[in-house]
Amino acid sequence: MSNEIAILGVGMHPWGKWGKNFVEYGVKAARDAIQDSGVAWKDVQFVSGAATMRCGYPGYVAGATFAQALGWQGAEVNTSYAACASGSQALAAARAKILSGACDVALVVGADTTPKGFLAPQKGERPDDPDWVRFRLGITNPTYFALYARRRMEMFGDTQEDFAQVKVKNAEHGFNNPNARYKKKFTADDVAASAMVADPLRLMDVCATSDGGAALVVSSVDYAKKIGRGDAVKVAAVSTVTPTYASSVIEMPDLATDSGAVVEAQSFRAALPQKAYEEAGIGPEDVSVAEVYDLSTALELDWIEDLQLCERGQAAQMLRAGDTRLGGRLPVNPSGGLACFGEAVPAQAIAQVCELTWQLRGQAEGRQVENAKVGITANQGLFGHGSSVIVKK
Amino acid sequence: MSEETNAAAEQKPQVPALEGWFTMDSDKPHLLGSQCTSCGTYYFPKQKNFCKNPHCEGEEFKEIPLSRTGKVWSFTNACYQPPEPFVSPEPFVPYTIAAVELDKEKMIVLGQVITGVNVSDLKAGMEMELVLETLFEDDESEKLTWKWKPVSA
Repeated sequence: MSNEIAILGVGMHPWGKWGKNFVEYGVKAARDAIQDSGVAWKDVQFVSGAATMRCGYPGYVAGATFAQALGWQGAEVNTSYAACASGSQALAAARAKILSGACDVALVVGADTTPKGFLAPQKGERPDDPDWVRFRLGITNPTYFALYARRRMEMFGDTQEDFAQVKVKNAEHGFNNPNARYKKKFTADDVAASAMVADPLRLMDVCATSDGGAALVVSSVDYAKKIGRGDAVKVAAVSTVTPTYASSVIEMPDLATDSGAVVEAQSFRAALPQKAYEEAGIGPEDVSVAEVYDLSTALELDWIEDLQLCERGQAAQMLRAGDTRLGGRLPVNPSGGLACFGEAVPAQAIAQVCELTWQLRGQAEGRQVENAKVGITANQGLFGHGSSVIVKK
Repeated sequence: MSEETNAAAEQKPQVPALEGWFTMDSDKPHLLGSQCTSCGTYYFPKQKNFCKNPHCEGEEFKEIPLSRTGKVWSFTNACYQPPEPFVSPEPFVPYTIAAVELDKEKMIVLGQVITGVNVSDLKAGMEMELVLETLFEDDESEKLTWKWKPVSA
């Protein structure tokens, strides 16, 4: 209990390809979160920003950038960078500050403006850089997602039609989400008609990159009670563990896995929620809704198993039975997921928590999971970064 | 590839696309990895100073040729031209990619699959061997890389 903090406010700037400065998205999300919290901006004591690496110096010091844009009021600031888990690390920093007693109330913000086209490596001949080497050899990001997807087909009998159904489900979910970028009820035929990128994944199996912003106002449970918000949704766990050597799965940007010849191979993805469950003192059987990082349609199925929401290899069966759709036994990505949002790196993990907060409050209009009590997020990024956050009523 | 380009390619020297990553043995090439002399863990690409096994304080490594056969863990292809530093023929030609598990090293290694082998020709568990094939060529030389080839092919 003592590790919990309260989520007083949430806010987002809609995802899209707006082409504006990332600060604008972050400030809009932050203002909404502050308003939602009922706390005055001047009373926020700590601003925890998630950095963006694509928007110059202001992005590297995102915490200060947002604090200044909201109007300097003396709060302490911090900036976290952890690839796709940046938002969760910014939340973890705020939680640590609150739980240590160094502050009562904090603002967590992440926002990004993404460039157009492929994310290409830096120029020049750099054979010591694994990222440069893999592009030279023709190994791109979709290669890795496709290898995981094909592995599922080979091991568990998943099909391309299953993967398409993940897209169809998420498109249905995101259709009513005002913050989603893609609001169209795509069909299995739409997916099948899209171009093959990396067999078995087609263009509509792979998520896009987007602009967007998301923010949370969090506080100590005591502070929440003091302002009459003792019933606020709580953060029960924030797991940001790194992999344990030897990592068994081929990961971007590597050309080879660690060797499991001497030390037993471990799964990083599975380790992330495991730590979160331990910290929250609950198990997968308590989960009522999940927001997972569907960088590809097939990856959503991997996550469902890594979250232990079913046995390894059974996620496609859950999907086919309708368990993971709204109205099903355990809805996954009621927001529409990355399929409807596209990825705005430093905002995405925060957006997952925003969605779960709305779900647990019963405010997810048009996409509400009935009687949602416990929600869990999962995401993973480059270089051993990943996170899993548990929120509960 | 036409007869003409084949003939032109043969006149150029063959050099590795990545120096020191594999042997230039045209018949039975090996990837060149390293092995920690303290704990025995294998590395590819080569680890040169500190062992990454958290239980090992080793700082010495020997270069070691890795197993040149393994089993398919998974596979895919590239239907779109990758960005630089990939060097593409004009027009771009899709290629197949395999992740191959080396039994002794207990390590999965990525690589393109030889020209002419498609996704539909592969299955998980299939035996593969390492060969050398052209990655690209420029005015001076033909740059070779490792590729995976089905043993049965």
